[in-house]
Amino acid sequence: MTPIVKVENLTKHFPIKKNALARRKAGNVKAVDGISFEIAPGETLGMVGESGCGKTTAGRTIIKLYEPTGGKIYFEGEDITEISPSAMRSYRSKMQIIFQDPFASLNPRHTIGRIIAAPFEIQNITPEGGVKRAVQTLMERVGLNPEHYNRFPHEFSGGQRQRIGIARSIALKPKFIVADEPVSALDVSIQAQIINLLDDLQTEFGMSFLFIAHDLSVVQHISDRVAVMYLGKIMEIAPTTDLYAAPHHPYTKALLSAVPVPDPQTERTRERILLHGDLPSPMNPPTGCVFNTRCWKAQDRCRIDEPELLQIGASSVACHFPE
Amino acid sequence: MTRLLDINDLHVTFPTEDGNVKAVDGLSLTLDAGETVAIVGESGSGKTVTSLSVLGLHNKKRTRLTGEILVHSERGVVDVVSCDDEELRKLRGSAVAMIFQDPMSSLHPYYSIGNQLSEAYRVVTKASKKDALKRCVEMLDLVGIPEPQKRVKEYPHQFSGGMRQRVMIAMAIINNPRILIADEPTTALDVTVQAQILSLLKELQREFNMGILLITHDLGVVAEVADRVNVMYAGKVVERGTVDDIYYRPLAPYTMGLLSSIPSVYGKGTGRLSAIPGQPPSLISLPEGCSFASRCSFASQVVGASCATDAPQLIEDEPGHSARCHLALADRRTAGAKFAAKGGTA
Amino acid sequence: MINYISRRLLYAAVILLLVSMAVYAIFQFLPFDPAALTCGKNCRPNLIAANRVRLGFDKPLWEQYWLFLSGIFVGRDYGVGSAAFTCPAPSLGYSFRQNACVTDLIQQALPVTLSLAIGALILWLIVGIGLGILAARFKDSPIDTGSTIFVLIGTSLPTFVTGLLLLIYLTLKNNIIPLNFDAYVSVFDNPSKFFMYFLLPWITLAFAFSAIYTRYTRSAVIETSGEDYIRTAWAKGLKSNVVLRKHTLRAALAPLTTLAGLDFAGLLGGAILTETIFNLPGLGRMSLKAVNDFDLPVVLATTLLAATIVVVMNLIVDLLYAVLDPRVRVG
Repeated sequence: MTPIVKVENLTKHFPIKKNALARRKAGNVKAVDGISFEIAPGETLGMVGESGCGKTTAGRTIIKLYEPTGGKIYFEGEDITEISPSAMRSYRSKMQIIFQDPFASLNPRHTIGRIIAAPFEIQNITPEGGVKRAVQTLMERVGLNPEHYNRFPHEFSGGQRQRIGIARSIALKPKFIVADEPVSALDVSIQAQIINLLDDLQTEFGMSFLFIAHDLSVVQHISDRVAVMYLGKIMEIAPTTDLYAAPHHPYTKALLSAVPVPDPQTERTRERILLHGDLPSPMNPPTGCVFNTRCWKAQDRCRIDEPELLQIGASSVACHFPE
Repeated sequence: MTRLLDINDLHVTFPTEDGNVKAVDGLSLTLDAGETVAIVGESGSGKTVTSLSVLGLHNKKRTRLTGEILVHSERGVVDVVSCDDEELRKLRGSAVAMIFQDPMSSLHPYYSIGNQLSEAYRVVTKASKKDALKRCVEMLDLVGIPEPQKRVKEYPHQFSGGMRQRVMIAMAIINNPRILIADEPTTALDVTVQAQILSLLKELQREFNMGILLITHDLGVVAEVADRVNVMYAGKVVERGTVDDIYYRPLAPYTMGLLSSIPSVYGKGTGRLSAIPGQPPSLISLPEGCSFASRCSFASQVVGASCATDAPQLIEDEPGHSARCHLALADRRTAGAKFAAKGGTA
Repeated sequence: MINYISRRLLYAAVILLLVSMAVYAIFQFLPFDPAALTCGKNCRPNLIAANRVRLGFDKPLWEQYWLFLSGIFVGRDYGVGSAAFTCPAPSLGYSFRQNACVTDLIQQALPVTLSLAIGALILWLIVGIGLGILAARFKDSPIDTGSTIFVLIGTSLPTFVTGLLLLIYLTLKNNIIPLNFDAYVSVFDNPSKFFMYFLLPWITLAFAFSAIYTRYTRSAVIETSGEDYIRTAWAKGLKSNVVLRKHTLRAALAPLTTLAGLDFAGLLGGAILTETIFNLPGLGRMSLKAVNDFDLPVVLATTLLAATIVVVMNLIVDLLYAVLDPRVRVG
């Protein structure tokens, strides 16, 4: 089966200018530095990592909100890396994004009816039965009261605003959605409502998700496979159950062990791996394996040789000394 | 056990043009030396304003406070609600210290770390500048900041988020306070850094026998560090007990709902999360009866009282374990067992 | 840091060079014969021709510009033989209308404008910042209401109205500040006379600025008071005046340096209205007169001077800001 999305060796570097007048490049932030993966139709790939690991940049580059610096992006088998913005428009109806901040991503001066109808307008599509009817159906589908068609975003709570964002993104029945931290701004009880909604929508419409989050438990719940990113690179990518039950990469292991579990007995008994130090600067990442500065298993080789993603069982791991 | 803090029947109200916002509605809790008491709740539950009022940091012009907040300091018992500004000021930093959610914005961007730390020290001890700087370096070392001699001269923007939170902790404990209030201390941090900060807090608590009042929305963090837990909803404590009571024998439907809506990495499978339907009520027009009634799946099973019209009281159902619910205790025990954390499956 | 300053100075020089070229070019394209302007009504062709040669208007444009530019550094000679004269460096040209080297004219006018601007700056900073802090600290009190009224009046009354009202009521009707027909005296020669001379202009000029600065300070202090790091300062148990002075004001007022520096630079170019109302022989009145008289060398020089002041003040403000805010320092 052709994957919905395939990326090969994707990189996205942001140049840093020393000051506006000099226009001299002081270096690059290697936000995404050579990642490759595929997402099958109907599949959810979770992408986790700490802040600054490049997961958000990766998501935005894949749907070409950012121009990639290098590598290839294929959508349904077609290379979309180089195509022009106007040619890209026809793909926009098939790929959508849900943003983290339900407060900032909705235009406060538009009614939610207009916000949700925007994709129809942009793509010049008149849905069957008219735009209003289609929007109201969408609103109902995501759990909003269709009578609130003419209200403004500020009249809604955080959870409801995220529902508005979701309604907008599924309006054109896209095949692929990048969900960038869609629940991290929400309270737990509301968060669960939204996760369930995304789950149901996927069952109903069969779209694929790239689900980006820093919360490992949320990602575990919703993903079929999970990619762990660190400093712009994928450390490990594996089916969810494998990754959480038997992490192979030391970073994955440390990350999982750091997550506090809502279970006091587990918390009291389990061994925790405490990573020392902070994330190195993505402007100047360590040589060799990027994780070597914080890894307790690091050897000389890790400081020189960059490990490649290698298959271990169902997992792919970039480590010289996998668990 | 040394008692450090007694909050009795605390009410916090914000008068607004639309009516009075009842942010905290009759809260009572205690904190002893060496223990961590958590206040858990979602946004709008009243947990943060409670933590701010213990230090008198709420906006006095826009807040009405009644009840008692008794701080047991070395100089005796002081009621934060009724004492004057000068008494309150003397409590701050010395008897009660606080760390905040966002370490990025909680340090003054214009002053060096050493300046800000030694200011906190000198306002209480009147030490010389030189002694204060020495103490700063010791404290930075204690909270695990490498090269403290050098870093003490640096500015906040030269520190990472985790390091800034360490600086905030150093600043909070520089005068050996008996009470540390930690308001969402790790929410803004990445998980691996969060783990470092939580373990640092536990270590410091053991060393100095501090009482920690932990304010958080994260049930994972609570399970990791708290001894006793107060679950708040719409300004009221709906359940209170030891951490095991809350996670393994929850008695309030809201606690059960909260426990079951979090996905866990040691999951209970990947089925649907049991989300709590609906939204918290507006704090301006709270329902007459139980605030949770409209979202509660047990409301229909209650006999002998009406959840919609009678507000339930916080009743001690078991020793040290109270809940606010009309449903028969036996029914709640059965329901609680279903929602309880499974325990030890790691 | 030294690296940064020298780079900034280089940019400043380049900008000034470009400004001077642009201004010079503009005046050359005006539909006047500069030589014809040198001799009012009794101009005769042979006089015009002689003046053209004497003042160098016969040379190609680029050469004229070069003479002007080099004059700034080495001075400039005009004419030949017995009619020859020199404007020593820094020469900004020769005013044929006033028969004087432009540099000399500026030298007379600059101290007046400088005294006016510095005095007004000090006055408006004290009043504006002081009132702003009071209004913020006693928010919603009568003080705050009073400051709001002051701000409204100050920002809506034009300078010439304020100046004339002050002149009418304080001087003409009530004679609180006596009317002054004397010429400008330096503060070093006669301080009391100096102060009487400038008092009304200072008040007039500072009035509008204080209103703006009151409004700015009030909102900056209120906004900063809500910052997380101010809450941290309270939590340390600091006294309220320490929280205000050390923590709130430092952060709230730092951006004011930029504002004050640029406003000050603007005034140094000449406060035309105030200088006109009070008959002050400053730069503003000088350029106004020069424009009316088509006195091109003076207009050119004052424009260039104003540009220089703005560029230099910008540099000073940026350096000052780096001292105040450590985040700028390291970057």
